[in-house]
Amino acid sequence: MNSFFDTIFTSDFVFSTIRVTTPILFAALGALISNKAGSPNIGLEGIMLMSALGGVVFSAYTGSAFIGLLGAVLVGLISASILAYFTLKLKTDVILGGIAINFFADGGTIFLLYYLTGDKGTSSSLPSKVLPNIDLPIIQNIPVLGDIISGHNILTYVAIILIIGVWYLLNKTATGLRIKSVGENEDAAKSVGVNIMKVRYLAMALSGVFAGLGGAFLSMGYVSWFSRGMSAGRGWIALAAEAMGRGTVLGTTLSSILFGAADALSNTLQLLGIPSELISIIPYLATVIGLLIYAINNTKKRKLKE
Amino acid sequence: MDNYILELKNIMKLYNNGVVANKKVNFELKEGEIHAIVGENGAGKSTLMKILFGMEQPTSGEIFFKGKKTNIEGSDKAIEMGIGMVHQHFMLVPSFTIAQNMILGMEPKKGISIDYNKATDMIKDLIKVYNLKVDPNMKTEDLSVGMKQKVEILKALLRGAKILILDEPTAVLTPQETDELFVQLKKLKENGHTIIFISHKLREVKSICDRVTVIKKGLTMGTYNVSDMTEQEISNIMIGRDVVLKYDKRKNEKGEALLKVENLSYKGIEGNYILKDINFTLNRGNILGIAGIEGNGQRELISIITGNKKNYEGNVFLGEKSIQKLSIGEIKNYGMSYIPEDRMTDGVAKEAFIMENLIGNRYKSSELNNGLLFDMNKINKLSEELVSSYDVVCKDIEQKVESLSGGNIQKIVVARECSIDPEVLIAEQPTRGVDVGAAHFIHEEIIKLRDDKTAVLLVSADLNEAMELSDSLIVMFEGKIVAYFEDVKETDEEELGLYMLGIKRQSEEEIRRAIDEC
Repeated sequence: MNSFFDTIFTSDFVFSTIRVTTPILFAALGALISNKAGSPNIGLEGIMLMSALGGVVFSAYTGSAFIGLLGAVLVGLISASILAYFTLKLKTDVILGGIAINFFADGGTIFLLYYLTGDKGTSSSLPSKVLPNIDLPIIQNIPVLGDIISGHNILTYVAIILIIGVWYLLNKTATGLRIKSVGENEDAAKSVGVNIMKVRYLAMALSGVFAGLGGAFLSMGYVSWFSRGMSAGRGWIALAAEAMGRGTVLGTTLSSILFGAADALSNTLQLLGIPSELISIIPYLATVIGLLIYAINNTKKRKLKE
Repeated sequence: MDNYILELKNIMKLYNNGVVANKKVNFELKEGEIHAIVGENGAGKSTLMKILFGMEQPTSGEIFFKGKKTNIEGSDKAIEMGIGMVHQHFMLVPSFTIAQNMILGMEPKKGISIDYNKATDMIKDLIKVYNLKVDPNMKTEDLSVGMKQKVEILKALLRGAKILILDEPTAVLTPQETDELFVQLKKLKENGHTIIFISHKLREVKSICDRVTVIKKGLTMGTYNVSDMTEQEISNIMIGRDVVLKYDKRKNEKGEALLKVENLSYKGIEGNYILKDINFTLNRGNILGIAGIEGNGQRELISIITGNKKNYEGNVFLGEKSIQKLSIGEIKNYGMSYIPEDRMTDGVAKEAFIMENLIGNRYKSSELNNGLLFDMNKINKLSEELVSSYDVVCKDIEQKVESLSGGNIQKIVVARECSIDPEVLIAEQPTRGVDVGAAHFIHEEIIKLRDDKTAVLLVSADLNEAMELSDSLIVMFEGKIVAYFEDVKETDEEELGLYMLGIKRQSEEEIRRAIDEC
């Protein structure tokens, strides 16, 4: 038991929590924006996966990590726009559309990977690039804090900045006000001339960009290759984090960190010789417990209102 | 020629489903007047208003704005022309502040963010000019209905509205709030605004409007100066039958009481009373009609009686039992049949077969079951019988209900509900939207049941139906019973119109007879 706490109360553990939270946070912020507009993006998981491969492929063929990142974001943007076109314009059921894109991503990435490398598992034969880690000046020299905050991948810092960015977008800008109005009372928005379709397209596209950043982090930061199914449920966990965070930026961020911590814990515990099958449950168990707490609270609140 | 700010000429609106909502509407609006549009539900008021606000396009006819022919292609065009609309169901986002709701779609900006200081200033100026007291930083969901309405009016004014359309603005207000609204409307008029006031409450029309246009069945019956007309005269134009239905009903002795409603009150979500102190008794072999303009509490009353709403005050007894403790299934088992107002949502499972719909209220009975499984032979035989005796026009009993016409769907509902020889039949607008033939058939069925000693409660907004079918009649207005007629022949349509519009009201003693004399 001692060794358990020894592993948790270390700057290494906190550092790794931040690291594994990054992709969840990206996707959760994306989920937040699209949910606020009333068009949930169930396809985040698959979009992240496609973007992860996109990043690897673009960076490998151009030799530039930056172009790889752009490629990943572009893949996210395009696939979310396709989903938006189906659900908003052609009126496909949002759930079915999302599931379709997830399945497509699952098989499609493996197909493309095999086509390009002859390998169905990983992209290790592709010379893909990695986005740099950044040592923060001054802060890196502060004991403990420096170990925790400095030295992360550049996308981790982007994610932190985007927390504020999304908060600003939703609470301070006209676009944010319109996004929220469309999600909460479509008729009200329509009656004052807000173009509902346009707002929803925009929200979906943004959520795609966010998932794209998450995917790029996975294959160009977290590890330096693409492997099949590497989003590993993070898109779903992100949806859970958004729901548990009650659709607020702060709540979504905190829930993402919670799930990130559970993920980091499972990584750490693997080193302690606890059966890995048991350990890999942790993030998902945390999701279920989190949603349960959320649901109970919600029911209580509703009862109070009545 | 007068100076009209807005003129509608020969407007006709035909919806895609074949309904003609406006047949021939002519309407002229003078600048600076308060102009009422009155008519019963379904007369075409809402359609007309949607056309004025650009939400619907007329099929034919012309619109002139300040003498020039125009098309109002959409709400944004209407807003641009200076037409504002206060919807009956408020178009507000609950979690927003008043200020956020008001500026939505026209946000003042500073750089990339919203300039809330400027927004607040704009709103405060407006509040000062019109003396509408609201705090722009309050959250909308915490506001009373009256306040929300003020916000809606301010919203329209902020967008530069010179013509304001108010769709039944007092329907959701308390009397005090109504008075306050009227003060504000007069103030708006003094400031040069023109107001279109859609309503069916003639008392209100009399008290604040200058002119009134009456619509009936999609036709404008004329425009009058309010001061030249009594409420009664307006009522006579608005209500009134073209064709009188006649049925030969044999005299029937009233039997024992099967349904008793005592001191029933019901509060809506806003905390206002939708039903207040309802008392009546329904007897065997009697058709008790409930007449009234829609939205005066009839729907809620029926929801309670059929067991769909439980949070009421007072008592409803079915036989000896309080329905508070009965489930819907138990109420049905007692022998209550229900023909709901909205057949497509409440009356049938539209994607199921005719046969499946017909057995909806008896599929558990031992007659139709063979151990664990349905006895398909008997079910088919029963369905065939019902389809032929109720004259449902269809290919076969395995046709989906949604592919039938409205009249035939309604016949399926009637066949299912009436063929079990119910003790109590609740018929809610039983012939709405069905053709004359089907309506006639359904009426005969209801009379047949009454002759066979069923107690029938008939809710109808159709005066013709309510008067010809009922033995006794109740009139509802604003959630209360305002009149009771032991024998429907004691009254006539003109008198009923006065009760339905709240112009006249019987004394408490007369109304109490609904429960005492039964």
